[in-house]
Amino acid sequence: MTLDQLEIGKPAIITKVNGNGILRSRLLEMGLIPETIVEVVKTAPLKDPIEITLRSYVLTIRLEEAQLIEVQEVN
Amino acid sequence: MIYALVGNQNSGKTTLFNILTGSNQHVGNFPGVTVEQKYGIIKGTDYQVVDLPGIYSIRPYSNEEILTRDFILNNKPDAIINIVDAMNIERNLYLTLQLLELRIPTVVAINMMDEVRANNASINIELLSELLGVPVVPISAIKEEGISELISVVENTAKNKTIPKVYDFCKPGPVHRCIHAVSHVIEDHADEANISARYATMQIILNDSKIIDLLKLDDSKIDIIKCHVDEMENERGLDCEAAIADMRYKFIESVCSQTVLKPEKSKERERSINIDKVLTHKFYAIPIFVVIITTIFWLTFGPIGTFLSDSFSAFIDNIIGTIAVLLASYGINEVVQGLVIDGILAGVGSVLSFLPIILLLFFFLSILEDTGYMARIAFVMDKLLRKIGLSGKSIVPFLIGFGCTVPAVMATRTLPSERDRKLTILLVPFMSCTAKIPIYAFFTDYFFVEHKALIMTGLYFGGILTAVITSVIFNKVAFKGNPIPFVMEMPNYRWPSLKSVTILMWEKAKDFIQRAFTIIVASTILVWILQSFDLRFNIAEDASLSILGSLGKVLEPVFRPLGFGDYRFVTALVTGLIAKETVVSTLEVLIPTGITTILTTASALAFLTFTLLYTPCFAAIASIKREVNSTIKTIGIIIFQILVAWLIAFLVYNVAGILL
Repeated sequence: MTLDQLEIGKPAIITKVNGNGILRSRLLEMGLIPETIVEVVKTAPLKDPIEITLRSYVLTIRLEEAQLIEVQEVN
Repeated sequence: MIYALVGNQNSGKTTLFNILTGSNQHVGNFPGVTVEQKYGIIKGTDYQVVDLPGIYSIRPYSNEEILTRDFILNNKPDAIINIVDAMNIERNLYLTLQLLELRIPTVVAINMMDEVRANNASINIELLSELLGVPVVPISAIKEEGISELISVVENTAKNKTIPKVYDFCKPGPVHRCIHAVSHVIEDHADEANISARYATMQIILNDSKIIDLLKLDDSKIDIIKCHVDEMENERGLDCEAAIADMRYKFIESVCSQTVLKPEKSKERERSINIDKVLTHKFYAIPIFVVIITTIFWLTFGPIGTFLSDSFSAFIDNIIGTIAVLLASYGINEVVQGLVIDGILAGVGSVLSFLPIILLLFFFLSILEDTGYMARIAFVMDKLLRKIGLSGKSIVPFLIGFGCTVPAVMATRTLPSERDRKLTILLVPFMSCTAKIPIYAFFTDYFFVEHKALIMTGLYFGGILTAVITSVIFNKVAFKGNPIPFVMEMPNYRWPSLKSVTILMWEKAKDFIQRAFTIIVASTILVWILQSFDLRFNIAEDASLSILGSLGKVLEPVFRPLGFGDYRFVTALVTGLIAKETVVSTLEVLIPTGITTILTTASALAFLTFTLLYTPCFAAIASIKREVNSTIKTIGIIIFQILVAWLIAFLVYNVAGILL
């Protein structure tokens, strides 16, 4: 499953970050690296981008970028 | 001594800079780009501090990151002040680790300690300092706490040239082995190139070609390095980018687990979640945004703004009037009188008439920015703006553009990427500004009495449509390639600081006057000369004989395909560059019999279209030049606007000619 499919309010763990170049580096540097816990907070009124929390801060990313991040739900 | 102030966006960097320097600061651009460079003198000292752009990393991708890295590597500041948001310490320390690799005296200022206290959280500053190997000073920029201690610690660190004690952030394992192996290979080269070996190692592992060139590594060494990196990637099961990011975050996690105690959700976060239940709500978000922007617009261009502008103009007119009377009573030569009154003073007056609008708008804009609402606007509007190749925040300059192009262009400074800034600056002038309304009113009174509202609405939408089409085309041609990804932090809502708001207003006003003065006054004088003299520099007895009139006649063929190839319209367009309202007064003087005698309905429409789209005014040109920071690009933009205006007016004239 990728981050854009994650249900709101359900924590998940990042398993892989796809993509390449500057975009991927930026995602990694913002702390979106494997083994990190993320949660989707809400989606924008027009359904894109989405608001997520990780490492106790809040980040907004577009759906196309969220699709690059593979996650696995945790309980 | 020079200090560099470096930190993440939303870390309170600007607030700290304002406190350190007071109003004693200078704003400029880095050469050739739209990235702002601020520097100032720290109060009570003679040390200079440079406020570098807010960045998350010094990987050289965005212009902001390249400039920060180059500034630190080339200018070798005596110390780096790295400001860190205590409430978001994990992510903020990522940049810190990169800075420590540069081996430059560094002090970490942990900001927002007031919020740490308010949340019953704590940070073990001593241990943090020990683990990072640099002095750490707890501060609260907004409450002005810990500032004098910060200044003295930075001073000591810079004087003693204290290099960070720790720069090895890796635990034993494949990444550790790789870093040390590569470091060993390049050490001598790095020393020779006078670059920190650790920094160079990390960059080379991440395949930074600029550093590889700088170190003059031969192919055999590059092969050895590649071997080490491949081995690490295989053993670690991650590619080098992910492995390095993982190594840094693992170190940060371990540091934070030993030093930071804080609640799962801070009070500020809880509050922000509640506010966002309304402000970024599924249905209410966009209507609320429209209401907020409309209110700001109404206050700026409506009663308050008009009152301020009018009283200010009346004041200036009074002064000009007094000077005019004085000049006349002294019997000063009439030409000189004309130059002083209609050339110089009119120019000064038009510069100053923008001031109330700029002050008011930036008052509101800095509140939007400082409270964190601007990030919500970007979040809410992003999808819409992305359709034309921009990102959410660009909506703000566009909307301001309907009021006045000058502050709209100035407002592009807050956009996140240079690409967005340039494209927005190019498109903003197509938004029909309020100064054009008298022209529309004048023409619709003559030609479209029945359809006034339709024509007005048509012009506004025509401008928007032109911007949209231009943006789509430019995205395909000039601005293609990778836009900076939209990975934006959503800060907690905060109270704006009065100090920051006032400093920004003051800065924008000062900036506008300093930069715009020469261009606007010089152009006004030039237009006055063109209007007042004939080709032999005698006083022109008739407008048609003036230099401008003659120029207009030369240009008649250019505008003939648009249906208004008459020097009087050309003259009006040129004088319109001083201020759009002048178009009407010029036409009234030059065509006493009324424009219906010269224009057809189709050519009137073409003229309106041309005024909608061509270069707004000298003040706008001055602010465009200020923001794009290049004369050639500014001239390019002017030519582009005139070409677009001509083409679309040509289309309108011909289509209208067929239909009407």
